[in-house]
Order: sequence, then C-alpha cells, then structure tokens
Amino acid sequence: MTQTHADYQLSQLDQLEAESIHIFREVASEFEKPVLMFSGGKDSIVMLRLAEKAFYPAKIPFPVLQVDTGYDFPEVLETRTNWVNRLGLRLIVASVEEAIKNGIVVDDGKTSRNRLQIGTLLNAIEEEGFTAAFGGGRRDEEKARAKERVYSHRDDFGQWDPKNQRPELWSLYNGRIHEGEHMRIFPLSNWTELDIWHYLGQEGIEIPSIYFSHQRRVFNRDGMWLSESEFNPLRDGEEVVEKTMRFRTVGDLTLTGCVESEADTIEKIIEEISVARVTERGATRGDDRFSEAAMEDRKKEGYF
Amino acid sequence: MAPEMATTEPHEGRGPMDLLRFATAGSVDDGKSTLIGRLLLDSKSIFEDQLEAVEATSASKGYDYTDLALLTDGLRSEREQGITIDVAYRYFATPTRKFIIADTPGHIQYTRNMVTGASTADLGLVLVDARQGLTEQSRRHAVLLSLLRVPHLVLAINKMDLVDYSEAIYEKIHSEFKSFATKLNVPDLEVIPISALQGDNVVTRSQNTPWYHGPTLMHHLEHVHVASDRDLVDARLPVQYVIRPKSDEFHDYRGYAGQVAGGIFKPGDEVIVLPSGMTSKIAGIDIFDKEIPEAFPPMSVTVRLEDDVDVSRGDMIARVKNAPTPSQDIDAMICWMTNEPLRPKQKLAIKHTTRSARALIKDIQYRLDINTLHRDQDTKELGLNEIGRVQLRTTAPLLCDPYAKNRTTGSFILIDEASGVTVGAGMIL
Repeated sequence: MTQTHADYQLSQLDQLEAESIHIFREVASEFEKPVLMFSGGKDSIVMLRLAEKAFYPAKIPFPVLQVDTGYDFPEVLETRTNWVNRLGLRLIVASVEEAIKNGIVVDDGKTSRNRLQIGTLLNAIEEEGFTAAFGGGRRDEEKARAKERVYSHRDDFGQWDPKNQRPELWSLYNGRIHEGEHMRIFPLSNWTELDIWHYLGQEGIEIPSIYFSHQRRVFNRDGMWLSESEFNPLRDGEEVVEKTMRFRTVGDLTLTGCVESEADTIEKIIEEISVARVTERGATRGDDRFSEAAMEDRKKEGYF
Repeated sequence: MAPEMATTEPHEGRGPMDLLRFATAGSVDDGKSTLIGRLLLDSKSIFEDQLEAVEATSASKGYDYTDLALLTDGLRSEREQGITIDVAYRYFATPTRKFIIADTPGHIQYTRNMVTGASTADLGLVLVDARQGLTEQSRRHAVLLSLLRVPHLVLAINKMDLVDYSEAIYEKIHSEFKSFATKLNVPDLEVIPISALQGDNVVTRSQNTPWYHGPTLMHHLEHVHVASDRDLVDARLPVQYVIRPKSDEFHDYRGYAGQVAGGIFKPGDEVIVLPSGMTSKIAGIDIFDKEIPEAFPPMSVTVRLEDDVDVSRGDMIARVKNAPTPSQDIDAMICWMTNEPLRPKQKLAIKHTTRSARALIKDIQYRLDINTLHRDQDTKELGLNEIGRVQLRTTAPLLCDPYAKNRTTGSFILIDEASGVTVGAGMIL
C-alpha cells in the first residue's frame, strides 16, 4: 500500500481490514472495559493482528481472555503465549477446570467441555466487569450467525435474544448497555474462511502449527478423526492409526476432528478449501452436530 | 508431530480483488430465496453438509423438492413460523469479486430491515414476478433503495419461463418501471429478464431470450462500477480515537485515527479541525507501521498534524476551503423503527459519525407514503416503519453533509436514552 492508487480503489481484503479496524477503535473509545476473547485459533489471531494495527504504535488498550477447557492443543497454547508476549498484553485465563472445582459450572460427565465454557466465560466477564468482549465469529460460519449484529447485545444473564436485536445501520454502532449487561463484538463478521486464510498469507504471522499438514496419531469416532490423547480414552472398536492430517478449526481436542490433508503451506490450504465441499464446522466440530439448531441454542445461552 | 511453531509466509495470491455489497428485496413468492440459492450454488458457495441439512429438512416436511429458502432462514423461530424476521448476510465470491448480500424480508412490516440492509449497499436488487408485473411491494422497495441512495438498481423480472419468455411482457414491465423511477433518484438502472428456477440469464445467457441484449445478472454484479460511487472530492475524516503511545520509542507520537469518510488526504494538505476551527498541515498519514502517500475512503488511517492542536474524538478533520458547516439545526428524513411513535418534543440520543449528542424533535413536517410518494402533512407523529421529514435541534453541533452527497457524514441514528435501543435512522437533507 505504498504506491499511489490511480483508481482510488481498495482491494476487498483491505476494505475488510479497514472496516474491522474501525470497529476496534469504536469499541476502545466507547466502552469502559473491553476484552478480546482469544482462543489461539486462526480467527482470533486475525483479530489480534487487526487490533495491533488499529492502535499502533500504542499498545492494544485491552487485555486478552482465554477460556481454558483443559483440553486445549499444546501447539495452540504455545502460539497464544507467543502472541501475548510479543504484544505485551495482559492475559486472563478462565479455566473450566477451576470453574468446576468452584461450583460455577457442573460437570455431569455428559456435557461437553465446549458447553461448560459458557458458564466459565460468563463468570469471568462478570467477575472482571467487562463491558465488551470481542469474538472471532464470522457470519459465513453458520446460519444463526448470519443474522447476528457486529455489536451483539447480551442481557444481564449473558443471553442473546435473536428476535430483539438492535437495527445496525451504516457504520454507526450503538454501544449503549445497562449495568450488568455486556456487548459481544464481532469485528470479523463480514470475513469468510477464505478471507481469513488470504489475510494470514498476506500478513505472514504466526499461527498454530496444527493447521498445517503433519503426521498425527488418530482414531475414528462417528465419522470424525480425533487426536490420540490422554483426555480421549478409546472406546470399544476404536483403533489408533497414523495419518497425514491437519486441523481446519482448533477447539476442545476431545471434540475437534482433523482432516486428511497434504496442505503444508497457506497456498495449499487456500487451494484445498477453495474446492472443499463441507463447511469447516460441519467437518470437524462435534459440538455443532448434535442438532440443526445447536449453535443457535448455545448462542442464546451466551456462547461466543 | 508438527513443527513446534509455524509462521505464515507472505504470498501474492489474495483472492478476489474487489467487493460488492448488495441488498435484495422481494418476497418468497417472487423467488428471491431461489435466486439467492442459485447464486450461492452456482458460485459453489454452498457446502455439502449445508445442502444435506436442507434436503433432510425438506424431506421431513414432506416436500418433493429441495426448499432452497431453508438455506437462508437462519433462526429456528423463523423456521417454525415459516417467515424471515431479520436481515441475513450471505457471502459468495467469484474469481473477480466478493459479494456480501444483505438479504431482507419483503413484507410491509419490515421496512426497518430493508433500510438496514440498504444502508451499506452499493446495489439494490428488486425482484418481480413476470406474471404479476410491478406490485405495490416492488415499488416500495425501489423507493426505499432510492431514499437510502443506493447508487445502482437492478430490476430482475423473474419467472420468465412462466410467461413463455415474452419480450412484450418484459418491455411492458421495463417501461412501467422506468416511468416510475423518474420520480426517484436512480442513477443507474438495469432491467434483466431471468428465471431463477431454470437459470436463465442468472449466470449463463439464456437461449430463450434472443431479444435481450443486456448482461446476465451475474455478469452485471461482477462488472458494475462502484469505485467511483464514493465522494473523492470533499475530504472528511471523523476522528475516532487519539493514539498517544507515550513509549520511549514513540515519545512524541500523537495520531488521530479514523476511517476516511470522503475525499483524498495527502501529507502537506492544509486542514481544519472542526468544530474548533483550528488549522494545521498534515505531517504524515500512517496505516500500521507504514506511511502512505494518500488516504481515501474507506481506509482506516492515522493522521499526524504539524502543529500541536487540540483534537479529540468526535472532531472532524477537513480541508480549509472545503469543510462541513457545524450545525445544531438538522433537517432529515427519518425512518422510525420502534413501536412507540416518534412525536415532537421527544428527546433522544443521536450518534453521527463519531460524535454523540442529544437531540430534541422540533417538528414532524410530513410523513412520506412510500407507496404513492404522497406527503402527508397533517400527521404529527411517525409510527413503526414509517418515514418522514423531521426537524431536530441537537445539544452539540453536528459536522454534517447532505446524505445525497455523502452517505457517511450525512447519516445518523437515534437512540432511546432509557432502553438504549436504536429507534431511528436519519438521512440529512
């Protein structure tokens, strides 16, 4: 972007970047206590990169919150630490383990860690008094998200009311909330999975290695390839094999499947998903498969 | 196992270079969902698991066809009621452009959704059923798109297969709409005969309409020129945030961050800061760690000034000889979006660019009947989904332009101070 633009036209990726930076600056101006929810996944890395750009050369003026399921991929945690250290940010870790111990959420043995994240997250937001929480959700991910606002209002129980959303016009965001309520902010609303990859390619920044093709010991459960792990005890008939795999999303490792892939560079990943026939969530997220409205239900309760 | 750390390598391939945002209007009966489904399908933006879910739902409802409308009906409450209650955003891309569709429901009670969807659109797509011709609803959609100053309009005459691809019918609807559009602000109109179901003139040119020489819908969406729609003359930078690192390395750095709303800024330009009226020169313009030679909309930039002037959020940087006039008396068209009507003497919060203030409703001059364009001057209130001309007085001056000139510096929202809800959308006259 150093040359003169003869036609005064921004590429679509530059337009998305400009829009997201605008959102970050609005929130930093209008909310007392924002926080960025950081999973270590590619979307939250793009968020951090955009936040870095929005406030440069000053530091990002808010902390980073990670919900630790206890079942996170070590590669993802490492990337998280590197990012937080490089940018000199305060990291708050809300642990599901701790939340269970303190009775904030109940582990009945049937509920997934992803679901237990909801209570853990809401408790962390309440305890710290955060008024705005950035999330990496994209509208192309899922049908319920397609209708969610950039500023998504949450009541004092952290719930989303899809039928009662505020109209959102132009780039005029309404950040008014009452005591005890908070706003979820989705600066990547208009990005698609491909945009994220093109942007990561353009920026040349660190992402967890498990997004790239590698050898992994896996087993098949309900049609999904899951990683061998002490948290993932094998059930009858399940058998561990070594395969060339990569992850399309990174979440709770007991639920997040990987796909067979030779894609070991961003270019190859872009090529691969350009011809992919299954959405990233449908392919590799056990938590979204339970029902057609799984995401809508979790969002109403206060999920990301 | 994988290497311990991976860094993405910068590369050249950046996907589609261009972006088009468009709003669709029309009801299920006009075949809007089928058309969107086709655009998504033909651009390979629908995935197998999404299609399978929709096929399964269609089958469980006893349909003998795949109801593509289910692809766009996102919320369970909507599926249960069989209606669309909100703006849904859809994404697809071709090698040349990425598209963002604001898909809005067509029923009369959802004017607010259409206004919302149209507010960011470069192009509006109105669908009519060839058998029905122009209806009250299609006229209403065109009126709203023109009121929101959506610069490009496409009238897609759908279900041409059901009228034997009749040129006469196409011509009749075309000329009827053209004469209606003379009353509106429609700078660019394209009328395309299509069949969303059969695919005629959607992506591929139809053999059934040899008399039609215009573009297919997809060709038009891919090539319509939108870069020049933005105002590149009147330089406007609403200040969002002041960046002061106070670090050793950037001890004296003081930058004014914001998204360029109009015009072109260059280092060396003489600028004025409003409302204070102080002047200075641009010392430099930054995007992240790079200095750029010029800034234009919709770039998010940080501007440094040569002099140490007092600038804060809500101020506007403009050219000395071309600046908006600060004003507390605002004339605007307002779309009202809540059940409790808007009445004179009402007090509301107002947000305009990055500036917030309070506003008093001084007068409601007329209500616009969007079916007939009649101005009803007897009314003294605006109900839900009604649009009218309103006079406001604000507690602080707004740094505004007419909406017709600049959709960013000419628009505002009204917020109910008690509930915090957005209750109105305003376009400055």
